[in-house]
Amino acid sequence: MVIEQTYFIRGGDFSHAGDASSKVKKLLKQLGVDARKIKNIVIALYEAEVNIVAHAWEGMIRISIEADRISCTLEDKGPGIEDIGQAMVEGYSTASKEVREMGFGAGMGLSNIKRNTDVLEITSEVGVGTKVYMVNYF
Amino acid sequence: MKISDILQLTEARVVCGSFSSQTEVERAFSSDLMSDVLTLDSENILLITGLANPQSIRTAEMADIHFILLVRNKKATEEMIRLAEENHITLMETPFSLFRTSGILYQAGLMPVY
Repeated sequence: MVIEQTYFIRGGDFSHAGDASSKVKKLLKQLGVDARKIKNIVIALYEAEVNIVAHAWEGMIRISIEADRISCTLEDKGPGIEDIGQAMVEGYSTASKEVREMGFGAGMGLSNIKRNTDVLEITSEVGVGTKVYMVNYF
Repeated sequence: MKISDILQLTEARVVCGSFSSQTEVERAFSSDLMSDVLTLDSENILLITGLANPQSIRTAEMADIHFILLVRNKKATEEMIRLAEENHITLMETPFSLFRTSGILYQAGLMPVY
């Protein structure tokens, strides 16, 4: 059995940042996934969701849950990332003052995502958008 | 440390959430940076923060943190209270600063995360 869900994310909408991750967390709990695994998954997903809100104009999160894994694909329309290697460096950030006021924007998002996922692939085109694909095994 | 002791020591009030007189937290972490909070491995912690917006609640939800103490007289917004109630998070407010709150609780024996 495969469970698939899609969530629409609006850029700049900080009051709803995290709504999708919250829904995924509740769904994983219902499915009886180990609490430790859930925490890893939703921390990575939440950081990635906040990234869309913080940097992009809009985005979609698609999740697919199979017996042994969850795959999350986050695709946004936005400025893209010029240098992914640099963006992965802890402490590097292009976030606005507004994002910092929300408690983020210290350049830790991507490293937090990497630490909490088993597979992470980021592709990006400047001026078009960014795609983040991540997999966690249960 | 018992939540009731934390309330007393920091002259805090409970905004929402319920707990027993015996409910305790093991450790505390003070930060306004939510990405730092999301790096923690510890369980059963108190988050001490001056970040009074929905992201502090969302962060606690993702990190399995059930107790948040808002410092420097920050007031929880209605949206924060709604999210906290939905996720069974106890939200408290103290008039003290982040430094003073942390100092008092540390001195009284509440352990740091690291």
